[in-house]
Amino acid sequence: MTVAEAPVPPAPPRGAAAGAFLKLFARNRLAAAGGILLAVVVLIAIAAPILPLQDPYAQDTSQKFLRPFAEGHLLGTDHLGRDILSRLIWGTQLSLVVGLVASVGAAFFGSVIGIVSGFYGGRVDNLLMRGIDMLMAFPYILLALAIVAALGPGLVNALIAVALVNIPFFARNIRGVTVTLAHKEFVDAARLAGMSNLRIMVSEILPNVLPVIVIAMSTTVGWMILETAGLSFLGLGSQPPVADLGSMLGEGRNALITDPHASIIPGLMIFVIVMSVNLLGDGVRDALDPRLRSGALTRPMARTIVDRDHVPEPPAEPGLLDVQELRTEFRIGSRTLKAVNDVTLTVKPGECLGLIGESGSGKSVTALSIMGLVASPPGVIAAGAVRYSGDEIVGARFSQLRDLRGDRISYIFQDPLSTLHPLYSIGDQIVEAIRSHHDVARAEARQRALELLEAVRIPNAKNRLDDYPHELSGGMRQRVGIAMALVNDPDLIIADEPTTALDVTVQAQILSLLDDLRRERSVAILFITHDFGIIAQLCDRVAVMYAGRIVETGRTPDVLSDPAHPYTRRLIACVPELGEGQRELHAIPGLPPAVDDLPPGCAFATRCDKARDVCRQGEITLDPFTGDRAVRCLFPETETGRVA
Amino acid sequence: MTAPTLAIRNLDKRFGGGRTIFGREKPAVHAVQDASLDVPRGETLGIVGESGCGKSTLARMIVGLLPPTGGTIEIEGTDYAKVAGKDPAAFGKVIQYVFQDPISSLNPRKTIRQILEAPLKLLHGMPAARRAERIDEILDAVNLRREFLDRYPHEFSGGQAQRIGVARALAAAPRILVLDEPVSALDVSVQAQVLNLLARLKDEFDLTYLFITHDLAVVEAVADRIAVMYFGRIVELAPAREIFAHPRHHYTALLARSAPTVGRPLSAPEGVDAELPDPLDPPPGCAFAKRCPAATDICRTVRPEFTDHGPGHYAACHHPAR
Amino acid sequence: MTGYILKRLLSAIPVILGITVIVFIIMSLIPGDPATAILGSYATPENVEKLNRDLGLDRSSIEQYFIWLGNMLQGDFGRSYSLNRPVLDEVLERFGATLILAGTALVLCSLLGVAAGVVSAARQYGLADKAITFVVLIGISIPSFFLGMMMILVFAVTLRWLPVSGMYAIYGGGDLPDLIRHLIMPATALAVVATGVIARLSRSAMLEVLRQDFIRTARAKGVTENRVIWAHALKAAMVSIIPVIGVQAGFVLSGAVYIETVFQWPGVGRMLVTAILTRDILLVQGGVVVVAACYVLFNLAVDVAQSVLDPRVKT
Repeated sequence: MTVAEAPVPPAPPRGAAAGAFLKLFARNRLAAAGGILLAVVVLIAIAAPILPLQDPYAQDTSQKFLRPFAEGHLLGTDHLGRDILSRLIWGTQLSLVVGLVASVGAAFFGSVIGIVSGFYGGRVDNLLMRGIDMLMAFPYILLALAIVAALGPGLVNALIAVALVNIPFFARNIRGVTVTLAHKEFVDAARLAGMSNLRIMVSEILPNVLPVIVIAMSTTVGWMILETAGLSFLGLGSQPPVADLGSMLGEGRNALITDPHASIIPGLMIFVIVMSVNLLGDGVRDALDPRLRSGALTRPMARTIVDRDHVPEPPAEPGLLDVQELRTEFRIGSRTLKAVNDVTLTVKPGECLGLIGESGSGKSVTALSIMGLVASPPGVIAAGAVRYSGDEIVGARFSQLRDLRGDRISYIFQDPLSTLHPLYSIGDQIVEAIRSHHDVARAEARQRALELLEAVRIPNAKNRLDDYPHELSGGMRQRVGIAMALVNDPDLIIADEPTTALDVTVQAQILSLLDDLRRERSVAILFITHDFGIIAQLCDRVAVMYAGRIVETGRTPDVLSDPAHPYTRRLIACVPELGEGQRELHAIPGLPPAVDDLPPGCAFATRCDKARDVCRQGEITLDPFTGDRAVRCLFPETETGRVA
Repeated sequence: MTAPTLAIRNLDKRFGGGRTIFGREKPAVHAVQDASLDVPRGETLGIVGESGCGKSTLARMIVGLLPPTGGTIEIEGTDYAKVAGKDPAAFGKVIQYVFQDPISSLNPRKTIRQILEAPLKLLHGMPAARRAERIDEILDAVNLRREFLDRYPHEFSGGQAQRIGVARALAAAPRILVLDEPVSALDVSVQAQVLNLLARLKDEFDLTYLFITHDLAVVEAVADRIAVMYFGRIVELAPAREIFAHPRHHYTALLARSAPTVGRPLSAPEGVDAELPDPLDPPPGCAFAKRCPAATDICRTVRPEFTDHGPGHYAACHHPAR
Repeated sequence: MTGYILKRLLSAIPVILGITVIVFIIMSLIPGDPATAILGSYATPENVEKLNRDLGLDRSSIEQYFIWLGNMLQGDFGRSYSLNRPVLDEVLERFGATLILAGTALVLCSLLGVAAGVVSAARQYGLADKAITFVVLIGISIPSFFLGMMMILVFAVTLRWLPVSGMYAIYGGGDLPDLIRHLIMPATALAVVATGVIARLSRSAMLEVLRQDFIRTARAKGVTENRVIWAHALKAAMVSIIPVIGVQAGFVLSGAVYIETVFQWPGVGRMLVTAILTRDILLVQGGVVVVAACYVLFNLAVDVAQSVLDPRVKT
């Protein structure tokens, strides 16, 4: 089912993807700094043979432990009189090469195991993962020490040890990603197209796994340089006279107190290398993460940001809820998506208003904007006002808003499995709804929660108070959601597609329950949906949304039998209804407009069969129609009986 | 009488089962039980049911992605059940699949051209020139522009992506198309476009459709006959114009009463404790007995047979509705 | 719950057995005659023959393994020839010291890391977040052994606030304040990297959780923002964070080897390094098996904690 979210802007065409990558990367200045630093170090290390350096092995004990800036030795000498600068550069070269080779080795073998394991599943997976689990059961250094103990100290052996020890990290990660991919439908489609297993792994799965491998490597290269340096530090890696940075540090340790420069210099070098690799790796990760590009990785704040220049005057006849000229936008980078673009509606006490539209129409965002629940960033309420019994909410203090939330105005959301907290029992969650607003004892709150569970007709409610959401069926969970919304006797419930994720027989039960409850308790409902049948059965009045605006309002029987706006008419016509038999359906040609690039005039004009030039210019306002109806159209339908 | 294009007999699928190393039986789920259907050439057979009824499992078996634990699958007279799960390519030449979620059924790292060429290369071994021709043919058939070939799936809307999925299924030139909820993830106005396209393609390419969905109104608008599934079994099979107007099985009646319809007042069609039986502990007798208004003792102990209740109208019920 | 614990205990047994197999295989890579390798400079013909009989070194590999395993199950891990002590005694004594060091470090890094991560996420892009991110980056880039050495230079040699090395003062020490004074630097140096990793992971776990639908529901109910962060978000994030702490325990144990070397801490890590350099093979074998087995049991405890927290884990 289509779910309303902050609309993800379509990604730019491929040629620009590389450019976007670099731009994001460069924007992260620290990552760029890290990259430059690393590049400098690598260049110097590569250039070691041609630089004018002293012989790193030339000993001269009469010159031992010279301080830095001594004659002929820029960084001083070590305990055998050898030039530290040249040993540093040669040692850096060695450390870098070893770290890189270990990374590539671990990545390669780990990824092969991970892909094979994740793709085939079953026994192969079991066997391979048992082996990996055994390896992971060791703290890594034990394994490395054991391997070096067996093969003997030496740089190559240390390299093998470090690579081996890091294979499980890659294997597990890559396997996880592969398992998800292997169940995706495009893999099934590839099978049906005749691809062999090997071909699927290489041409379908591998390209999708590659970014994960790169990201995993970016987190481990720095680490492996540290680990190999560590083994050398202990004397188990590079053996004298060959020296990498770790063994330089190890040798310098013996004179730590008297001649610290012999330790500080190689230690700082390791730090600089690993730090720049980590900075670079972070930059790579951020640039590769598609969620960052669309600005969706930040956490939502407690309420939607408000950025408006004026507040509209209160309406002449306030209802229970008045939404006036509401404008909610998503500001992502340089683009602005106008999800809700001047919406005005009123809900009277005790009535059920249906808000209908397709995906992208802005109906969910409207509903969330009312209590400031739109994810922010990137959401912003850019204009308009929301009044509850005359009091303005959008500009109110947070404590006032919080008082209303869940007490006077509550929500029912679409997917109860993800909207209920998985780790608290349903009883606790309902009790929390009560105690967030009323100072009652726990036992009393629990009793009230039980009453509500019985009111929503959950069988055996007493025993289910301590159940967890995942232990209930979809229909039961949604009843819990309704109970939670009703527990403080609110005046208004905002229901955002509460039955879309449910089976049709369960949906019928939930709708009937909602109808009964609202009549019993005189609760007003703002019901968001895309289904006209539900509107017809449940709602007193209906508002139709298109491209962020309300295009028609009126009493339900009037609008459904006699739609005034061409979009409403055509939308009703293209929904198949039970009992009408096999036939061709009336489709609406074209696509809804992109809400970051709305054309002037009527947004439906490009798809309307009676649009004229004047429809594509200026502002079309929502004007009163016959009776208490309103329509946003210059040429509304006037004939009756134009459905289907 | 020519052999039906698709004939499945006693198709059965069990998941799990077997024994632990201690000899205890492991729980098994009997996802599809004893399914038999004949689909003549050129027909659209609709399969409806709610979650847990087994329709998707049935579809995956028919298409060769899942090996059945019992039964036969005959396509134009040849039994494919033996190679199911081992050689999807054999199936791929005669029967293809259109997936529910258009975006995730396309590899995000492949261009449309690469996606469409794969079945042509691998199933038919077509040379490059002939492939380009065939792709042009198909693009015209589904109403997509040539310049889409070099784009990637994320650049398309839901409706366009679904048309690409249909194009891919057609590229292999199958006789049968299995469509698993092909329009459920699309907006209503786009649904109508895709459904009309599918109807046109069926005529143009002389196809047979298996249309799986949970939406009664949609299936009624496109299908010739409809099969209703509940808890792994086919409980009713009848022509589309009859099945919801005069249902024999009480579950079908419940479905028809539950769908929100303009003009019909809201009512709770059944009591509250209306849930599926536990698949790990299935009840004897009819699976629907607990929820059925007409259930008697025999319903709870003896499973009803699938019998004839009028021309082409079958139902598995001891006390069918009038 | 007890059923789950029993099940996990049972499944830990094959893992520990697997560990012994792996160690055995690795040790069998030693070139040359095993008895000579083990005995080193004590390899007289009589000793070699005795060792061959004791360990079955003249038999097939599989028999050797089972003899070794059988001995271990009876508490006989062999004898260290360089120290002239039973291996098990030496390992257990040294492991105790390591546990004190590593345990302290683990507690430190868990508490600090999680707190830093939560604050960082709650105030994303604020000053606290940037400061914490910066410190964390330095923490995970610096080699712990280098940090230890620098700490010694600054705090012990220059400022003289803390002792240079060792676990207890040689003269007149042995009580708790003395231990704590000796513990401060090594535990801190050991904890730094793990704190950084845990902080980063906690931060991203919190950010991930804060974007979930149930957080929006909590706000829609009118729950206070403090409760949203600490009761709703953190609890859900802990499901991802606890396994990380389990993994970091392994890294802390590993880092202990370096820290023990730098600070002359009498732990099992330093013992292992010395044993490798003196080719005391039995000591290496025994040390690795014991420490690895304890790590497996620790992970088991982590799993149990996870199932207490998350009712969705099948008990």
